[in-house]
Amino acid sequence: MTKRIFAGALLGSTLLTGIAQAQEVTLTIESWRNDDLSIWQDQIIPAFEAAHPDIKLDFTPSAPAEYNAVLNSKLDAGSAGDLITCRPFDASLALYDGGKLADLSDLDGMSNFSDVAKSGWSTDDGSATYCVPMASVIHGFIYNKDAFDELGLEEPATVDAFFAVLDAIKEDGGYIPMAMGTNDQWEAATMGYQNIGPNYWKGEEGRQALLSGEASLSDPEWVAPYEQLARWGEYLGDGFEAQTYPDSQNLFTLGRAAIYPAGSWEVSGFNTLADFEMGAFPPPVPNAGDECYISDHTDIGIGINAATEHPEAAKTFLDWVASPEFATLYANALPGFFPLSETPVEIEDPLAQEFASWRQECNSTIRSTYQILSRGTPNLENETWNASAQVIKGAETPSDAGARLQEGLASWYEPKP
Amino acid sequence: MPGTAVSSHAPRIRWHIVVFLAPAVLVYTAVMILPLFDTLRLALYDEVEGQRVFVGLENFRTLFGDPNWSRQFWNALANNFWFFLIHMAVQNPIGIALAAILSNPRLRFSGFYRSAIFIPTILSFVIVGFAWKLILSPIWGIAPGMLDAIGLKSLFAPWLGREETALTTLALISVWQFVGIPMMLIYAALLSIPDEILEAGECDGVTGFSAFWKIKLPLILPSIGIISILTFVANFNAFDLIYAAQGALAGPDFSSDILGTFLYRTFFGFQLQLGDPHMGSAIASAMFAVILIGVCLYLFGIQTRIRRYQL
Amino acid sequence: MSTARHTPLNSVAAHAALIAYTLIALFPVFVIVINSFKERRAIFREPLALPDAESFSLIGYQTVMKQGDFFLYFQNSFIVTVASLFFILLFGAMAAFALAEYRFRGNTLMGLYLALGIMIPIRIGTVAILQMMVATGLVNTLWALILVYTAQGLPLAVFILSEFMRQVSDDLKNAGRIDGLSEYKIFFRLVLPLVRPAMATVAVFNMIPIWNDLWFPLILAPAEEVKTLTLGSQVFIGQFVTDWNAVLSALSLAILPVLVLYVIFSRQLIRGITSGAVK
Repeated sequence: MTKRIFAGALLGSTLLTGIAQAQEVTLTIESWRNDDLSIWQDQIIPAFEAAHPDIKLDFTPSAPAEYNAVLNSKLDAGSAGDLITCRPFDASLALYDGGKLADLSDLDGMSNFSDVAKSGWSTDDGSATYCVPMASVIHGFIYNKDAFDELGLEEPATVDAFFAVLDAIKEDGGYIPMAMGTNDQWEAATMGYQNIGPNYWKGEEGRQALLSGEASLSDPEWVAPYEQLARWGEYLGDGFEAQTYPDSQNLFTLGRAAIYPAGSWEVSGFNTLADFEMGAFPPPVPNAGDECYISDHTDIGIGINAATEHPEAAKTFLDWVASPEFATLYANALPGFFPLSETPVEIEDPLAQEFASWRQECNSTIRSTYQILSRGTPNLENETWNASAQVIKGAETPSDAGARLQEGLASWYEPKP
Repeated sequence: MPGTAVSSHAPRIRWHIVVFLAPAVLVYTAVMILPLFDTLRLALYDEVEGQRVFVGLENFRTLFGDPNWSRQFWNALANNFWFFLIHMAVQNPIGIALAAILSNPRLRFSGFYRSAIFIPTILSFVIVGFAWKLILSPIWGIAPGMLDAIGLKSLFAPWLGREETALTTLALISVWQFVGIPMMLIYAALLSIPDEILEAGECDGVTGFSAFWKIKLPLILPSIGIISILTFVANFNAFDLIYAAQGALAGPDFSSDILGTFLYRTFFGFQLQLGDPHMGSAIASAMFAVILIGVCLYLFGIQTRIRRYQL
Repeated sequence: MSTARHTPLNSVAAHAALIAYTLIALFPVFVIVINSFKERRAIFREPLALPDAESFSLIGYQTVMKQGDFFLYFQNSFIVTVASLFFILLFGAMAAFALAEYRFRGNTLMGLYLALGIMIPIRIGTVAILQMMVATGLVNTLWALILVYTAQGLPLAVFILSEFMRQVSDDLKNAGRIDGLSEYKIFFRLVLPLVRPAMATVAVFNMIPIWNDLWFPLILAPAEEVKTLTLGSQVFIGQFVTDWNAVLSALSLAILPVLVLYVIFSRQLIRGITSGAVK
């Protein structure tokens, strides 16, 4: 079935481009994934160009922190590339609303994706989709298997077991129990709050309740993750207040720390850096037997610059990106980025497989702050970074944090029931 | 009074003035002033349902009246003053002292010292931020290790991660980086003091330290004035170091947020926060006003009072 | 020459102070460079140790070299920096001379106008500048960068140079006028040589932000053929960076050329300063 769609898309697009233009076109891709430069250059681009000799691709990433600013400036001035890597939700929605991204609703390849997968790059009412979903990332904990074996520990399933494991590691003293710092703030929010939170607020159910105004950020299910975070502080390394994200990554991969609150995107980097065996477990549930929830966040998509001079060639490329062939290529070149297409993709990396397997056992949700709730001032995502870091440091109590976030949100957000 | 020469020919158009000014004024106006004002003008507009509409001073009312904005603005402004104070109190005296030592004609290896001390100034913020984060890191232990070696381990703290110390630490890193600038400017000024003046002083028995205080310092006051105002302007435009070391949210808990980072976050957006050119321009205008006031105070309050000597 | 008393004690104290400060100034650079030659574990185990036979590694440099044409990047940075400096100094000195030398209506106003630019970060005007560069077809050329840096450097150059030009003796210039020299000749032959120390100062201070700038290369000239060195090394310093070998090597490579440039310029700078002082 999918093979036929793919072949059809391929045929259709080659015919189209064959008629439209005989000469070669070069498409420039804007991206924030500068880490993936060599993977694009060595694997993805050659694979595409082999099938489409008349289209050349140029992958030009900028650093993630500057990407939004650089991209918006270039789009405003008209010097941006033909293909735009899309952040999920509002950042890209603003570009679509501003006429910078082309509507892709009728792209053939879109049929390979579920509505949930497309939700990150669709208008609020779901009527138009403007980016092809590429991958999602899953949160959980990566741990040092050698350290766990040495100390006779097992993957914790509940929060109590989790803290028992942390206590045991701390008591032994050979390892820092958990590698995380608060200097960069986003780790605390993304790998902390958004990682463990869905188990408390019950994933999508809680997120929708927040959107509709039935729940508030000062409710127990939204404060409970902060209460857990507040207990993390004593298990982090000395001086974690000034520990940065690369510090944390290095602490773990050098074998000094036993557990790493993670996003699955770490998998490929950690595979090359760590020389011990790694395992992963999903965020522990509050009580044994609770249903589990994971953050399976639609993270990266790709769309067309509405001002491109080569819309047909760009569509040809996006049809290819929507194909199972690309999904397999991408998932295995970058283990930890999970394709969103409905065709199951064979993932070879064992650690990435572990992450992906949670999709069967647990309910997926996306990060709570990403859709709609970060549109106003104060910005809920930024405030969540701040609050998570403050709570871990003990500078703010969980209930104060929850109350402050709710107050900020309520100051501009009018729930639509 | 500035030593302006009175030109001999009066009312005709003096074309040479035009020729001298034209290239600078043209490039500067076209590439800098027009784009800047094209942007600052946005402070008077806002976007309502996709349309850009004129709102007068509404954005400024939001900036100063809405606690969500005004709290951040005053916090950034206060931090900025602290940042500037540290520069004035630490960077400039060290720079002057180094220049005074270096300007001694008998000093050996002065070329080497001069070059070495200036090297941090030529490094990019990325390098400076990275290097100091590495040194001060509580984990990789260069600073804690060194303090340990002299028995002062207890003095170590994760300075960049603490609200009380982060901004001061960053200011001191910035001082470390830029101390070469006052040093060089003062050094140049000290060298250009004619020997006759110093010799005349010596005949009156003014040497050594008192020669520095009584003769040299008054003569280099204009240079110190320039340095102070340059430091002021540079500090209130600063952005890169804090951005490189602490990110656009200028943590912890905005304790290292200065006007530059506040502006960047607002104008270009950050993470999920969308860029808002209108509020961003309002902040830029406010920054511009702060700097303009400072510069005017200097130009009309201080510069005109400094005696300038034609040497 | 000054005959100030010069006791050995004073001299020891002076050297002690200078050596102490030199160590502080060079220490971070030293840390970066030595660690760039070590393998990853050694960087973290003993960050202060020199690379030895066991820990020596060039892996970082190999990664960096694979990732781009660093010689081309260097060449681009060099062209941009030198050309911008040339225009800043020439245009800046001319304007500063006009402001310092002649009394004309609007002099103060013009001085203030030219100083405005040091008070607003030029980054704010990014979108308008980019639109202009796109309209004139200068995007992805080195000229775009040179123009922006020239405009950005001019205010400070005019500000500093006019301050120094006010100190140039009137007698000298009037003597030139009596000899029948045109105003242009007075500027180029008499005044410029005298303000060389100030010019060198302006050159050094403008060189640094231009060389190290990341923002405008990223926006105005991100193409491979016109990439600057700082932008080229930025690839390694993103949010997801763990490869410290590559980061440290890229940083070391970015330090080196500017260090060489500075050593060359600093000779000029000092010669300029001293020749200006001896009158």
